[in-house]
Amino acid sequence: MLLIPCPWCGDRHETEFRYGGEAHIARPEKPADLSDTEWGDFLFMRTNTKGVFAERWYHSHGCRQWFNVLRHTVSHEILAVYKMGEKRPQLKKTEANS
Amino acid sequence: MSKYSIFTIARNALSHHKNWPRQWRSPEPQKEYDVIIVGGGGHGLATAYYLAKEHGLTNVAVLEKGWLGGGNTARNTTIVRSNYLWDESAAIYEKSLQLWEGLSQDINYNVMLSQRGVLNLAHSLSDVREGVRRVNANRLNGVDAEWLDAEGVKEFCPIINISNKARHPVLGATLQRRGGVARHDSVAWGFARAADACGVDIIQNCEVTGIRREGSKVVGVETTKGFIGAKKVGLVAAGHSSTLAAMADVRLPIDSHPLQALVSEPIKPVIDCVVMSGAVHVYVSQSDKGELVMGAGIDAFNSYGQRGSFQVIEHQLGACLELFPIFSRVRMMRSWGGIVDTCPDASPIIGKTPVEGLYINAGWGTGGFKATPGSGWCFAHTLANENPHPLNAPFSLERFTTGALIDEHGAAGVAH
Ligand SMILES: Cc1cc2nc3c(=O)[nH]c(=O)nc-3n(C[C@H](O)[C@H](O)[C@H](O)COP(=O)(O)OP(=O)(O)OC[C@H]3O[C@@H](n4cnc5c(N)ncnc54)[C@H](O)[C@@H]3O)c2cc1C
Ligand SMILES: [Zn+2]
Repeated sequence: MLLIPCPWCGDRHETEFRYGGEAHIARPEKPADLSDTEWGDFLFMRTNTKGVFAERWYHSHGCRQWFNVLRHTVSHEILAVYKMGEKRPQLKKTEANS
Repeated sequence: MSKYSIFTIARNALSHHKNWPRQWRSPEPQKEYDVIIVGGGGHGLATAYYLAKEHGLTNVAVLEKGWLGGGNTARNTTIVRSNYLWDESAAIYEKSLQLWEGLSQDINYNVMLSQRGVLNLAHSLSDVREGVRRVNANRLNGVDAEWLDAEGVKEFCPIINISNKARHPVLGATLQRRGGVARHDSVAWGFARAADACGVDIIQNCEVTGIRREGSKVVGVETTKGFIGAKKVGLVAAGHSSTLAAMADVRLPIDSHPLQALVSEPIKPVIDCVVMSGAVHVYVSQSDKGELVMGAGIDAFNSYGQRGSFQVIEHQLGACLELFPIFSRVRMMRSWGGIVDTCPDASPIIGKTPVEGLYINAGWGTGGFKATPGSGWCFAHTLANENPHPLNAPFSLERFTTGALIDEHGAAGVAH
């Protein structure tokens, strides 16, 4: 089980949260202009990173806020937490390799 | 390959079983192959076998980064069935079940297929409607299926609790009598031995680290044993499909998740069928050694860590005790996790990629063990003919562009 540091509530158990999958997939500004391939990419294609992964979590049994997390998908270590709309933080080399 | 039979057992008994030959060779890689299969799980090995047997292609190598069956093949709960809802799925899973039924003879290896019947429980009115609909759809597709009411469920599986006081009472179940379980290691070993006997090179401890292209065409793979040339490459890497496809700049609609299973201490035979419940998230069968084999749902987050979370086990055991109060004092012995490759429509991808010569067989998620022979059979056809077989044509990567999804969440989302 993960201990997730909610930016509003602090450390809470994973069971209080819902997972939102890959972060930073912005809804296209002009959906009508997209080709089928671009639309399919937006809807379905995922990076599925092995390593440091930017993902969204929702504190559904707490403050009910969405936020972003950088987590390593092998060690499960949480390396950064940041708010929706913020840029993905740069990690120091050592952290990114952990 | 020396044929296994009662006579070879008797003959080897005379020398105290010390002279059994190795089941497959351990060759060094050649410079080039007609086809390289990446991933030595059940699906990869089955593909290699059917390439040789059905299409006469024997200049084939299977590259496995670890040991055979170290992935999901030997981590799964071995449920085999074909009662999927949609026509496309029913066709491919039923083909697979038919291959299972002749597999031990075909590959001269006992895969211990035990068609003991699979129950899928219904706990609500909508479950009942969904179940009855599935039974009808299955029958229209020639897949054996029956609907049992609660009494019928109790008769088929006497230890189940059908009291209407349960939190999720059992209202009925679908039953596929031809469904059951098989021995997972045997599937990997049997296909490996049979493929090796046809001349396929099975190369273990050989991780693929890159996919080399010239122009838009694949020419081979970089591995921990050096570059190996190939006219065609088939990726069959289950949980690692996305990382391999990314080596050729192909994006997949796949997320990798942990999926857990656990077994109890061995007990006397108490349950002679497979019971699954999508609604309460648990399924149970009993192994030949007497262990209760249980599985549940995936962990929500993406992971390559091959381990799951405790709360998932807690959740599934709670559900299990509700259904089977008789298990309350059984101790669980081991639990483990595998990494499954889930697709948005809970159906696999078997076919071409945008890269010439690169083929993919992935996205079987939580339920691909039952598909092992059928998947290998279809993929071998696709590789040999450079075009999909009608059975796997609907399962193309393009469906995520055209929108022709095959939504099997009802049949595959939780159930395996
Ligand atoms: C706990 C659990 C329970 C399950 N229960 C069921 C069930 O009851 N019924 C059912 O039908 N299905 C079930 N499944 C799903 C089923 O196990 C999988 O869908 C199926 O085994 C996947 O195909 P495979 O056997 O080829 O995969 P794997 O055995 O995982 O084979 C993939 C292989 O690729 C190798 N590989 C990965 N990357 C590389 C690389 N870079 N280079 C070389 N090799 C590489 C891996 O080492 C691995 O051996 C379950 C899965 C799990 C984890
Ligand atoms: Zn919060």
